[in-house]
Amino acid sequence: MSNTITIDGQTIPFQEGQTIMDAALAAGVYIPHLCHNPEFTPHGSCKLCTVTVNGRNVASCTMPAVEGQQIANNTDELNAKRRALTQMLFVEGNHFCPFCEKSGNCNLQAVAYHLDMMSPHYNHFYPAREVDASHPDILLDRNRCILCELCVRASRDVDGKEVFGLSGRGIDCKLVVNSSSGDLVDTDLAATDKAASVCPTGAIIVKRHGFSVPIGQRIFDHKDISQVQLEAAQKERGHE
Amino acid sequence: MSQCDSPDLKQRLAPILQKHGRDPTKVLQILREIQDTAHCICGQSIDLIAEHLDLPRVRVAGVAGFYSFLAGGQACGEYRVLFSDNITDHMLGKAELMDYFSKKLWLEPGKVSEDGLVSVDSTSCTGMCDQGPAALVNGMPLTNLDENCLDLICELIRSRKPVSDWPPMLFEVQDNILRKDVLLGEAFEPGAALKATLARGPRETWAEVDKSNLRGRGGAGFKTASKWSFCHAAIAEEEGHVVCDIGDRAERIMVCNADEGEPGTFKDRVLLNSYADLVFEGMTVGARVVGARRGFLYLRGEYAYMLGKLEGVLQQRREKGLLGKNILGEQGFDFDIEIHLGAGAYICGEESALIESLEGKRGRPRNRPPFPVTHGYLGHPTVVDNVETFACAAKIALHGGEWFAAMGTGQSAGTKILSISGDCERRGIYEYPFGTTIRQILQDCGAEDPYAVQVSGPSGTTISWKEFDRMIAFEDLATAGAFMIFKRGRDLFQMARNFSHFFAHESCGFCTPCRVGTTLMQRIMDKIDGGHGTASDLEEMKNLGQLLKTMSHCGLGTSAANPVLDTLNKFPDVYEQKLKALAFEPAFDLDGALATARRITGRDDKEAHLGAES
Amino acid sequence: MSENKKIRVATCSLAGCFGCHMSLLDIDEKLLTLLELIEFDRTPLTDIKHCSPCDVGLIEGGVCNAENVHVLKEFRKNCKVLVAVGSCAITGGIPAMRNNIGLWECFQEVYQFEGGLEGGQVPNDPELPLPFDKVHPIYEVVNVDYFLPGCPPPADAIWKFLTDLLAGREPKLEYEMLHYD
Ligand SMILES: Cc1cc2nc3c(=O)[nH]c(=O)nc-3n(C[C@H](O)[C@H](O)[C@H](O)COP(=O)(O)O)c2cc1C
Ligand code: SF4
Ligand code: SF4
Ligand code: SF4
Ligand code: FES
Repeated sequence: MSNTITIDGQTIPFQEGQTIMDAALAAGVYIPHLCHNPEFTPHGSCKLCTVTVNGRNVASCTMPAVEGQQIANNTDELNAKRRALTQMLFVEGNHFCPFCEKSGNCNLQAVAYHLDMMSPHYNHFYPAREVDASHPDILLDRNRCILCELCVRASRDVDGKEVFGLSGRGIDCKLVVNSSSGDLVDTDLAATDKAASVCPTGAIIVKRHGFSVPIGQRIFDHKDISQVQLEAAQKERGHE
Repeated sequence: MSQCDSPDLKQRLAPILQKHGRDPTKVLQILREIQDTAHCICGQSIDLIAEHLDLPRVRVAGVAGFYSFLAGGQACGEYRVLFSDNITDHMLGKAELMDYFSKKLWLEPGKVSEDGLVSVDSTSCTGMCDQGPAALVNGMPLTNLDENCLDLICELIRSRKPVSDWPPMLFEVQDNILRKDVLLGEAFEPGAALKATLARGPRETWAEVDKSNLRGRGGAGFKTASKWSFCHAAIAEEEGHVVCDIGDRAERIMVCNADEGEPGTFKDRVLLNSYADLVFEGMTVGARVVGARRGFLYLRGEYAYMLGKLEGVLQQRREKGLLGKNILGEQGFDFDIEIHLGAGAYICGEESALIESLEGKRGRPRNRPPFPVTHGYLGHPTVVDNVETFACAAKIALHGGEWFAAMGTGQSAGTKILSISGDCERRGIYEYPFGTTIRQILQDCGAEDPYAVQVSGPSGTTISWKEFDRMIAFEDLATAGAFMIFKRGRDLFQMARNFSHFFAHESCGFCTPCRVGTTLMQRIMDKIDGGHGTASDLEEMKNLGQLLKTMSHCGLGTSAANPVLDTLNKFPDVYEQKLKALAFEPAFDLDGALATARRITGRDDKEAHLGAES
Repeated sequence: MSENKKIRVATCSLAGCFGCHMSLLDIDEKLLTLLELIEFDRTPLTDIKHCSPCDVGLIEGGVCNAENVHVLKEFRKNCKVLVAVGSCAITGGIPAMRNNIGLWECFQEVYQFEGGLEGGQVPNDPELPLPFDKVHPIYEVVNVDYFLPGCPPPADAIWKFLTDLLAGREPKLEYEMLHYD
């Protein structure tokens, strides 16, 4: 058979131009991911989706599927490393879930549940990061930003606005917005923009919607992120 | 006071903006020049650049915040003194000198003096390890610093003498070439290699490079002929490689990687200073082979002082018909080289980050595939090679592939230029045939009681005295050229700690493992240095090391743990001496974390302290 | 170990809100079953002031002041197994939201601007525990064996965790029992 790859012993088909992640999602195989969202061009920064292809680690969201790849995905070793990366994302920011509007609907939190993260393990950085509440409809809380650049991609590629970008380097990287004042209110971001709703964490929140869904009915209250994201992929395929 | 507060900013920036036209790839060059004139990049200049280039402001701000010489939105002094922070500078007294200088100026490192006159800070290795301690003042290199020099510099700054009027002896940079072989030893007649190339033909010249077995000198050791063929559809097809899909008519780009950011490496500095014709000729040979019309020299910001000289060499070559249109009278052989300056970012030596930087962006490594040879600069097939690789290519074009392949070892043809620094009598540049042993090299440079050598810089390998019979070769100790020697008695822990700071500072921040992992590593090394390390910290570093090695996006992250892992493995005692006997130590200084509260409450009683045994 | 030797458990709340303790009590009638298996050493429930050698120590709350360190170290010294219970013990939690507010601003807010205290003084009484610059999770101060997240962890999670531990199993929470809020 041609155009197949093997993930953890399971043979799955792929189409030319698909990444390993695309093929896996289509076949109902979950690979943990955070910076990837099937609606946008792959980015490859969080590294949660790392899989081992013929002995080499690669980011599955950016690596093209190639005939005959032997891929290890759901292994204890990879999951332990993914957990460590998730813990890094927690300690480099300020994540106080009990206080966060996104809790229960947050991909970072959900992926941490999926990976059995019981504590952030590393020493906390408690960085001083700015909260921007200037915009009437949208809150930007950099404390919860994981630098996945989904908002950057959404604003540039879908909204055609380029409201967001990254500045700084290394551990000082931070999200900046397209205005001289540096404030969100002075950009042309609108609550209806894709960029306003794409954030996988609670860093960009549309105001006045917080805590509107009661505990117990939130996305991840009863469903593991693997199930949620595979169902979404399934639905997407149904629409095609 | 920073000059960008002045109301006439627009007029003052106008010449810079005009000069670069409306080319968005020029953002970094424009920002550099503004930094040099205004000593800071304020919000208003970012607005002006964005408007001039019709770019979203956020993109310009992103670039301004990435490069350490641009200092983001922070101001620096009219005189900005940056001390080179490599371990070799430290071994020559960097910390004490910087302290001496700051005290003399009543300054705190990292802050600007109140009158805006001067600022002092550290910067990653400036590539002057053979003549350190080194520093940069407004981009000009200062070498062999001592207190006398610094006294003089203080006076010059206080009297506000422009750096261009300072005594030239302050800025003297020596080549220190101490061993020459085929690259450095024989005189080179500009144009000779090109004539040979034209006589032989491009396809045949490629065959010579192929025969020579030349491998890249920038570190990875990729076979140069293969890289060139990938970029050239016709050759690639013949060789059975994937052919770049833009077709044969696409523009091709030749880039010379002179970022030389690996601490302890300074051989490209010498090649460019004294063998620039050879390097440019190698690029032109490559251009002929792959059919490139445009070339770039990506020159690290630390070497900006050579810009004028290099522009001069390029101009001479144009005048001699060795660059420009119809080179050496050959119809349609057009090629020219532009110099692009970096601005303090080690990651821009990584080829895809370098290309991003050439395009005027943040220097962040791209996702691969596609590789630069098929989709590089602005999407064009692009060859990126090291300075020394091009010098070799020129020689190969001149003397043929067999001549080159006959030198060195089975898998490593030719010679390698080493930058030797640290504990030895004769620091400088040594060219050796591949296969030379470490022992031989140590003997030649007069190393006294050598104990360890850092081969190929922080991202390379730490070797101990037990391994001095190993050799410089891709099949044994691959190297991009750095060779830092540590004698018995040097604290190798401090070496590893210095390198951990380097990587944390230079991580581009794109991927999680490296962005966070390098900082975690640095913090643990600092904790151990502060006398609070325990055995569990060592375990943590080993785990972090594995994570960095196996999960990072690019070579910076995958090699960032090398010095710590190597020293933990080969010199465990340098860590054990520093560890607490206890199994666990708090992550932070408990008593120190009460100091603010003690100050506010005015308390100093027993309960206001946490001793070790509390 | 004889069959009926009870497991000795100590608990305390550092910089926490006692919510985790409330959740422990929330296991309702199972508490009685639990009490057949365990006996309490120092806890806010028993009023024993100092911890003696125990099998399990449950710590609620993060470390925000010097006294917390004394208590935590006493627990670590006396408990074979130390468990961080709840978000605050594990991440610093809500109290750690002060971490990027200067201590002086915090003091001012509490002692000077708070209604009725206008113009008040920051007390310098040695009886009062001195606060740290930042609030930290307990694992940054002592070695911690297990983590039981939640704000608070649900009663069922506590029950599951403790019964696993008492039965000598590696504690494992089912999906719906593991949450950080
Ligand atoms: C973090 C990092 C920094 C690098 N710095 C340089 C450099 O300063 N100079 C260089 O020639 N290559 C450097 N490289 C290697 C380049 O990516 C690339 O492999 C090289 O320029 C190719 O040229 P070559 O084949 O001639 O060696 C670096 C790689 C990494 C990962
Ligand atoms: S963004 Fe997610 S992980 Fe962060 S505090 Fe909010 S819910 Fe928790
Ligand atoms: S704000 Fe949200 S979407 Fe944007 S980079 Fe941060 S985490 Fe990603
Ligand atoms: S490994 Fe480091 S330098 Fe490379 S992409 Fe990741 S963060 Fe950037
Ligand atoms: S999902 Fe692939 S790197 Fe983030």
